[in-house]
Amino acid sequence: MNAIILSAVWGVVMMYSGILLKKKSSAKFVAITGIILLIIVNWLEFAGLPFFNINTKGMLQFGTFGLLFNTVAYGSTLIYFLLSGADMEDVGKNVYDYFALIFFVLCGVAIVSSFQSLLMLFIGIEIISIPLYILAGSDKKNLKSNEASLKYFLMGSFSTGLMLMGITLLYGASGSFYMSAMNIGMAELSPLMALGIVLLMVSMAFKASAAPFHFWTPDVYDGSPTVFTSFMATVVKAAVFVAFLRLFENAFGKMHGHWQLLAAIITAVTLIIGNVTAVFQHSVKRMLAYSSIAQAGFMMLALFAMNGEGKQGLILYTATYSLATIGLFAVLVKMKDYTYDGFNGLGKHQPVLAFTSTIFLLSLAGIPLTGGFFAKYFMLMAAVKSGQMFWLVITGIICAAISVYYYFRIIQSMYFKDAEDPGIVVSTGFKTILVLTVALIILLGLKPGILLNLMNV
Amino acid sequence: MFVAFDNFPALLIWLPLIGGLLCFFIKDQRAVKAWSLTSSIVTMGLMMASLFFTDQKYYNLNSVSYIWLPEIGSSFSLMLDGLSRILCLLTAISFPLIFAITYQTEYKNASSFYGLMLLTQCGLMGVFLSMDALVFYFFWELALIPAYFLSSQWGGEKRVQAAFKFFIYTFAGSLFLLIGIIYIYLQTSNQSFSIVSFYNTTLSVKDQSWLFWFFFVAFAIKMPVFPFHTWQPDVYEQSPTAVTMVLSGIMVKMGVFALLRWLLVLFPDAIRQYDNILIGLAVVGMLYASCIAMVQDDLKRLVAYSSIAHIGLMAAAVFTMNEPGLQGVMIQMFSHGINIIGMWMVIYLIEKQTGIRKISQLGGLAQQAPVLAIMLVIIALANIALPLTNAFVGEFLMFTSLFKFNPWYAGAAGISIILAAVYTLNMVKNVFYGNINSVTSSFREIMVHERVILAVIVVMIFMVGIYPAPMFEMVKQSTEVIMSRITGK
Repeated sequence: MNAIILSAVWGVVMMYSGILLKKKSSAKFVAITGIILLIIVNWLEFAGLPFFNINTKGMLQFGTFGLLFNTVAYGSTLIYFLLSGADMEDVGKNVYDYFALIFFVLCGVAIVSSFQSLLMLFIGIEIISIPLYILAGSDKKNLKSNEASLKYFLMGSFSTGLMLMGITLLYGASGSFYMSAMNIGMAELSPLMALGIVLLMVSMAFKASAAPFHFWTPDVYDGSPTVFTSFMATVVKAAVFVAFLRLFENAFGKMHGHWQLLAAIITAVTLIIGNVTAVFQHSVKRMLAYSSIAQAGFMMLALFAMNGEGKQGLILYTATYSLATIGLFAVLVKMKDYTYDGFNGLGKHQPVLAFTSTIFLLSLAGIPLTGGFFAKYFMLMAAVKSGQMFWLVITGIICAAISVYYYFRIIQSMYFKDAEDPGIVVSTGFKTILVLTVALIILLGLKPGILLNLMNV
Repeated sequence: MFVAFDNFPALLIWLPLIGGLLCFFIKDQRAVKAWSLTSSIVTMGLMMASLFFTDQKYYNLNSVSYIWLPEIGSSFSLMLDGLSRILCLLTAISFPLIFAITYQTEYKNASSFYGLMLLTQCGLMGVFLSMDALVFYFFWELALIPAYFLSSQWGGEKRVQAAFKFFIYTFAGSLFLLIGIIYIYLQTSNQSFSIVSFYNTTLSVKDQSWLFWFFFVAFAIKMPVFPFHTWQPDVYEQSPTAVTMVLSGIMVKMGVFALLRWLLVLFPDAIRQYDNILIGLAVVGMLYASCIAMVQDDLKRLVAYSSIAHIGLMAAAVFTMNEPGLQGVMIQMFSHGINIIGMWMVIYLIEKQTGIRKISQLGGLAQQAPVLAIMLVIIALANIALPLTNAFVGEFLMFTSLFKFNPWYAGAAGISIILAAVYTLNMVKNVFYGNINSVTSSFREIMVHERVILAVIVVMIFMVGIYPAPMFEMVKQSTEVIMSRITGK
């Protein structure tokens, strides 16, 4: 509850400080202060110190998993602010409002990580989505940004419609919005309920950009200003997955057998489409969009398996994936040319950027010693442990091998191809944060326990 | 957590790791060369010292286990036993020799080159020493990453594609391995990755028969065995020679080693089920590679194919699952490493002066450089396993095992040995004898330090060839352990 209230309040604070503070560059300091406070209060709640005791009638429940995920999401956002905060000033005039919108998204994140009632799920998802529609279109003069915003809005509303329909059907079947009321056994599945589950799965797959409902993703990610794509593809996506997992665990967990095949098919299709299409991209930004679809496929494995390993893995996955992707996007923002050739010779001209990007890419590819390895490890472990549909595991590892192809193309450009110095200027502070992010990824790759043990507190 | 320097296995990993990381910070080319050579010599010295502490009473010096990931049942355990000792010895000896022979080669960005080389050494040591499946997998991948960067950054024109193919192949293979490891882990009684738990887990024949392929693909790609070998000639040809030496001398042994350490003991029933297919594949691969080697004009490609043939014989001997075969493979892993590094050294010395690797364009080098010629002839004879050379010991044992298994396979494999003699001696004839041409007329005798290094190789060839008893002693216990595991099940 701490986080929900503070993030909403800080969003308002951001908007007002936009009026009081005229300097564009002070926005990021206010935002960083806010996010640090947010991490602290969330941590206090985690440690058993909630500031507010509001009776939500059991519609929200702050468990270890949700609060830990909040920590991961806010931590990633902090790094995102530190790396890309300054670049937001180049997008448009209303820097304070961009930050405010992001804080509202974070409020939604805290709701979807703690909902117990489908109403709250709906509200959380909408609180996340609406600011994003605005952020996608924040580059107002750019046609592509406008297109992205409209597309995102239309697709988003469509999937929200499906979700509402699903929730209604489920209400009809169970007479309640509470997840606990729906979680009945395998035997008692009514047609109404089955349709509700399918609709919710489709709508969540839309939000999480899982295939075959991923069509909006590349265009939206490509069209939006790169700084905001970074946020959408990481923290937001992770939050949607947490909502997805919590929904299906708490509401339909006992009916796992009924929808597992559907989840498996969505997972496999997402993995294949995401990875294979990413291979053919020419722009790194678009490649990262498809890569986010591909990574979503791996996160779907947690949903498919629905066991302890999957839950642990999802936390680790969101953390390492977010860190690596935020880092890569931060480097990408500095580039003048978004094609692979734009990265040529970076190893020579900007050794720190090239080295850190390499580690980010290795982590995304799941190479040992980076956190990405353990993320994939836990997902595969979860899928193997579920003991069913082994073909899905095979699909997963073949796709992981394919992913090496497009991630390593950047490494090849950076180190094995030469080009004129494009004259990229980056500050020492930026480099330091990048190196710290890399250190964090390697730390997670050596001792994933530091994050995972928190789940058993 | 990991910092303890009171035992050999940990030191063998930490020394190259620290040495390698420091290399990145030394900007001066000459200093970094001197540093990496020193570092590798210290590692070698340490390895040599460990040979005096092989007795059981020094167990604490040769084995170590740190807590790493207790929550998932993995610990950072390392051990020097016979099998790992022989391969660590090969790794420790090879690196100083490689650094020394290529001492005069100028690399752009030398600090990265030497840093990556030492990191590769660290990864290799880790693979050989690890006694925990997850740690093994970690190092298995980690050895690959620096090797990938080495062959893509400093090599021939087509290096980037060749190295990339190598990387994707091996990475795909290792993912199958990972799934296999995870599956067995879930079957262990105490949910642990330690090798003991793995060994003690009884797998049904049905499980074994598919798990076997998951492990085998990863190892087969690394070795490489026919038909997984297609990445290899390109990579050997395109990589800088120092890297090729590491790849062919040591890294391919990772695959053979893994067969002995993991595959044989975990899936004996599956191997019995498939042994005809496996040995058949290996023998076909030997013949195929030998035939291709006969028509190669490029020295590097010739050695690359001959290496496929040699590895094929090792794979075949492993799958016979009898004692002489295993002993032979273990000894041959060491001998083959030394011999092939010797071959690459000669090629390197020729290419350094002439800039040419085409057999058809060379000739008459023996008149210009008699010492080099003598060295080459000895190394070449060792390569075709003549008696008194080191390779004879191993190959004799391996043929014995193959003959025991099925004389027909032994016969077919024998043909490839004859072919090996044909192409090796043919190469010696064309390159070193015959007429001097415009390219070779200016060839000068090799320098003193190069002679010394080649002499070291030659001495090792004869030492093992004439008095192999210490080698047998070293591998005896490991062979017995593996045999008892196989037959006990």
